[in-house]
Amino acid sequence: MAENVKPSSLASIAAAHTRTPGKSALGTGLEARGVHAWFGKNHVLSDISLDFAAGTVTALIGPSGCGKSTFIRTLNRMHEFIPTAAMAGEVLLDGKDIYASGVDVTKIRLKIGMVFQKPNPFPSMTIGENVLSGLKLAQLKQSNKDELMEECLVRAGLWNEVKDRLSAHGGSLSGGQQQRLCIARSLAVNPQVLLMDEPCSALDPGSTLRIEETIRELSETMTIIIVTHNMQQAARISDYTAFFLADGHPGLMVESGPTSEIFSNPKDKRTENYVTGRFG
Amino acid sequence: MSTSVISAPKPQKPWRPRPSSLVPNYLGVLVILLGVWAAIEWTGLAGKLGAFASAVALTTVVSAVISGMQRGKQAAKNSAVASLITSGAILALFPVVSILGTVLVRGIDGIYVGFFTTDMGLASVNDPLNVGGILHAIVGTALMILIATLVSVPLGVSTAIYLTEIRGPGTRLIRFLVQAMSGVPSIVAGLFIYSALIAGSGRGFNGLFGAFALAILMLPTVARTAEEVLLLIGEDLREAGLALGATQWRTVAMVVVPAAKSGLITAVILGIARIAGETAPLLFTTGGGDTTNLNPVNGVMGSLPFAIWKALISGSAESNARAWASILVLLILVMVLFFSARRLGKVRR
Repeated sequence: MAENVKPSSLASIAAAHTRTPGKSALGTGLEARGVHAWFGKNHVLSDISLDFAAGTVTALIGPSGCGKSTFIRTLNRMHEFIPTAAMAGEVLLDGKDIYASGVDVTKIRLKIGMVFQKPNPFPSMTIGENVLSGLKLAQLKQSNKDELMEECLVRAGLWNEVKDRLSAHGGSLSGGQQQRLCIARSLAVNPQVLLMDEPCSALDPGSTLRIEETIRELSETMTIIIVTHNMQQAARISDYTAFFLADGHPGLMVESGPTSEIFSNPKDKRTENYVTGRFG
Repeated sequence: MSTSVISAPKPQKPWRPRPSSLVPNYLGVLVILLGVWAAIEWTGLAGKLGAFASAVALTTVVSAVISGMQRGKQAAKNSAVASLITSGAILALFPVVSILGTVLVRGIDGIYVGFFTTDMGLASVNDPLNVGGILHAIVGTALMILIATLVSVPLGVSTAIYLTEIRGPGTRLIRFLVQAMSGVPSIVAGLFIYSALIAGSGRGFNGLFGAFALAILMLPTVARTAEEVLLLIGEDLREAGLALGATQWRTVAMVVVPAAKSGLITAVILGIARIAGETAPLLFTTGGGDTTNLNPVNGVMGSLPFAIWKALISGSAESNARAWASILVLLILVMVLFFSARRLGKVRR
């Protein structure tokens, strides 16, 4: 964690890679409008409106339990997998509400992929089968599977480590390799948006670095939204940052903006306290 | 030789007791043996059980005294409790070992090659042991187990999938009913099939009805074991499948069930082991024939438990020996099933 890191140093990390967002070829991105979330009667997330421009990396930061994970799970409709879950608001992908009636939820999840906190390769499948599992699960047709498998593993930064043992089981890889395998698996169905829920929290610094490089490369071709507890990671990889806070009430978004701004010149006192390591 | 004063260390196990420190233990064993002998000789205790009881009491006291003298009161208590618990475990093993030993000793006489290749169709109960066999019973048991498995495994596994994956309406009620069903006495399963399918219908006994009765008993075992196995599969795998754009059915079929495969095979084998030795449900349903019958829907059908029962009640020395030999065959069959269930259950990635 970034305890007592001076804001200026995080800001300088963030400023080193400022980019101009908005690549029309990738669609118009994802947009959350007035999203609320509940578990049973427990109101956990209140009125989140946030734009994710196509081809950008957005980091969601904030203390544990502030609703970041719940929020990204509303973005690809994984939230509703929990029986007591409820939500309000709209999530627009290319301007269309993914919660509109008649929308096929499996199509939404194909376009908005997800990488989980704990690496979860399918234990009954080999490394190669894991990469292509999305095609099989969603019954997509693909002509040259070997090519796609290699491409996904290269993009996830794993190809050189596994190219000689594609028929080994996914469980034989290290934690960091398993997580990159899960990233490769998400890439195989060619999503427009990739949601990452603390993808490095269970990994060592070396694996974390590899995954951060992977994220930077992927952001050339897709929109990435990442939840992280590591503020240096947020500063290193993201274009935009949103700060969430619960503080006894439903989780809300305190502030969002370009990452360099959030770390150098936060408008809200609470954001400043958090990014300077005074709490959280 | 080396001029160095400091020699290289040799691997040692300093936590092991030295022979000299074991002297009190050897003395203790001697005291226990003498005490047991004295108890049998001079008190009312007699036989194996008397020897065991006095050995338990003496071991508890002697080990407590030795530990107490060496390491104090807490150590004495620890040793006393450890002795009692160990004795309990040994006592629990007595009946198992005794049954296995008795069956082996008594059953081995009746085993010869023809025992597995001939049936009792032409042999009489008084024929010598080298005439007649249990082919009819082995074939019958195998056929009925096969049919019962074909009926109960799809039903049991789908019940488990409903309870763990779909979790639809009535989940708790169904779980309760499955648990209650596993407590149904086996004779009730036989009576149910008899009254529902045989009595007053004009249909005779046959293997299919026996297999149905066995399936009733096998179903809850398969369903409960499969449910527990599926619950072990982490929620993260289900989420990973759904997040890749799969429907729930594809996720269950391609991710959850394959991940639980070895456990599900164990569930099936445990179900088979549960029914292999059942006698009561077959009494009212199969008729228990003496000739080899390969047709489960026509005519009476023998089975191992039925053959054992029949041979024992006919009373001749030869048929008694045949019964024990059949028990040995059945016991080996069930043990092989249990061991393979354990082996398959362990192979988890």
